[in-house]
Amino acid sequence: MAKKHKPHNVLPGFNLSLGYTLLYLSLIVLIPLSAAFLKTTELSFAEFWHTVTTPRVIASYKLTFGASLFAAIINAIFGLLTAWVLTRYTFPGKKLVDALVDLPFALPTAVAGIALTAVYSANGWIGSLLEPYGLKVAFTPLGVVVALTFIGLPFVVRTVQPVLEDLEAETEEAAASLGANRWQTFRRVILPALWPALLTGFALAFARAVGEYGSVIFIAGNMPMVSEITPLIIITKLEQYDYTGATAVAVVMLILSFLLLFAINGLQWWSSHRHSASR
Amino acid sequence: MSAAISQLAKYNAKVARSRATSEPAWVRWGLITVALLFLTLFLFVPLAAVFTEALRKGFETYIAALIEPDALSAIKLTLIAAAISLPLNLVFGVAAAWAIAKFDFKGKSVLITLIDLPFAVSPVIAGLIYVLIFGLQGWFGEWLIDHDLKVIFAIPGIVLATIFVTFPFIARELIPLMQAQGKEEEEAGLVLGASGWQILWHITLPNIKWGLLYGVILTNARAMGEFGAVSVVSGHIRGLTNTMPLHVEILYNEYNYAAAFAVASLLAFLALITLALKSYIEWQSNRVAISSNTAE
Repeated sequence: MAKKHKPHNVLPGFNLSLGYTLLYLSLIVLIPLSAAFLKTTELSFAEFWHTVTTPRVIASYKLTFGASLFAAIINAIFGLLTAWVLTRYTFPGKKLVDALVDLPFALPTAVAGIALTAVYSANGWIGSLLEPYGLKVAFTPLGVVVALTFIGLPFVVRTVQPVLEDLEAETEEAAASLGANRWQTFRRVILPALWPALLTGFALAFARAVGEYGSVIFIAGNMPMVSEITPLIIITKLEQYDYTGATAVAVVMLILSFLLLFAINGLQWWSSHRHSASR
Repeated sequence: MSAAISQLAKYNAKVARSRATSEPAWVRWGLITVALLFLTLFLFVPLAAVFTEALRKGFETYIAALIEPDALSAIKLTLIAAAISLPLNLVFGVAAAWAIAKFDFKGKSVLITLIDLPFAVSPVIAGLIYVLIFGLQGWFGEWLIDHDLKVIFAIPGIVLATIFVTFPFIARELIPLMQAQGKEEEEAGLVLGASGWQILWHITLPNIKWGLLYGVILTNARAMGEFGAVSVVSGHIRGLTNTMPLHVEILYNEYNYAAAFAVASLLAFLALITLALKSYIEWQSNRVAISSNTAE
């Protein structure tokens, strides 16, 4: 039985490559991250709890997670639409648009931040159009949503697009021949097939938005209790040399991010199994 | 005659098919318009704004902002940070993909999740953890002072933070690619008497070159553009520990908008080159995939 479980592998370099991988991973990621958790043990649980639940910090969680959720929903809807338009239709400049969708991955966040602020402030190109309607974007929580939408834009498009491309025309033809109209086919045949990819893209956009700092701080206005995100709270505490306080808030964010990461891995496992099962 | 009829039948079937599995023209164009409007508001207008704001005060001011000493030293530091972190993550990516794709071992999926960890960590926290280790009150703080070494508020810290935020990119590209390619070719090389390094150099690396290049380009873009993590460990010392994104922030906060956008436009230009290269690589690797499929 032991033989059965030990497949013959003749290739060299297993010990070296795995050893190096584990060493590098530990030095760069695991040990430094554990430093954050160890640092918080300097606090008693009551102190820790007090630090991470002051009203200003709670307000920042609400803004960070609320705006991230809002932005991820916008990206889920318009990302699905963009992926659909890019795979199903032809229009002039389509290839260029397709390539530019990845811009938020490539554009440094600080550049995105000042550009969005310039465009959405009261005298900016778009901000000045919204101003007469009393709609202020820059330096309000709405500005945070705009920045986070920008940051998460490619995720849903890029997770949904390959699934849409692989979708076989036969299933849609079958639905049509059985009398379904186009909307019914979309809702009952296409959407269920897209669901895991859509949810994965949504979760990735949300996770990215929660940790985002660079693009947000320029457009947010950073008013405590109103438009101050949690990563900024960490920075502020660091600048006041309150290392334990900064770390305590960071640990709360780390735990929430890890939970999100596990959820995303579960979603990807689900979608890949559905994908291969349908073949 | 019968040929004409069958052709007509074929044509009719084609029309019926496209009507059944596509949308009316007004829906199509409506959806295209809404999607493009969304992308215009969130992508195209901000991108255009970077370049117009940069040139607002004329071309001379633009060039002056780029060649002043602080800007040049920021550009230099950005290049140094990318030049150090890129090869390190490259070696790691190949090693990790080799171990994960070519061998079976316990805990492999846990390892893959751990490699992804830096994606889930806020950049600000990525900077913070190195401050906790190498900062004044950190684990090695006193030892570093005794030996007159500086990590935080100096270049090593900036490099470390950059390595952390770009850590998974190359490994992430290579693992699925090498898993899909299997290990038959490497085994054939071994049978023919090649050493491990020869196999890696002559078989594996040529096979993964497009995936590798893709990962390198993404790593480079992120390394040069990282803001949050670098901001925590840099200390913002002008002319010494300022990278390009940090220089943009300082100029912006001094209300020197034209200069801020001038430096930002360099970074935006870099992003556009990245996207162009990315599209080219996708096109190339598609072509390779198609030609190898038809060859089979």
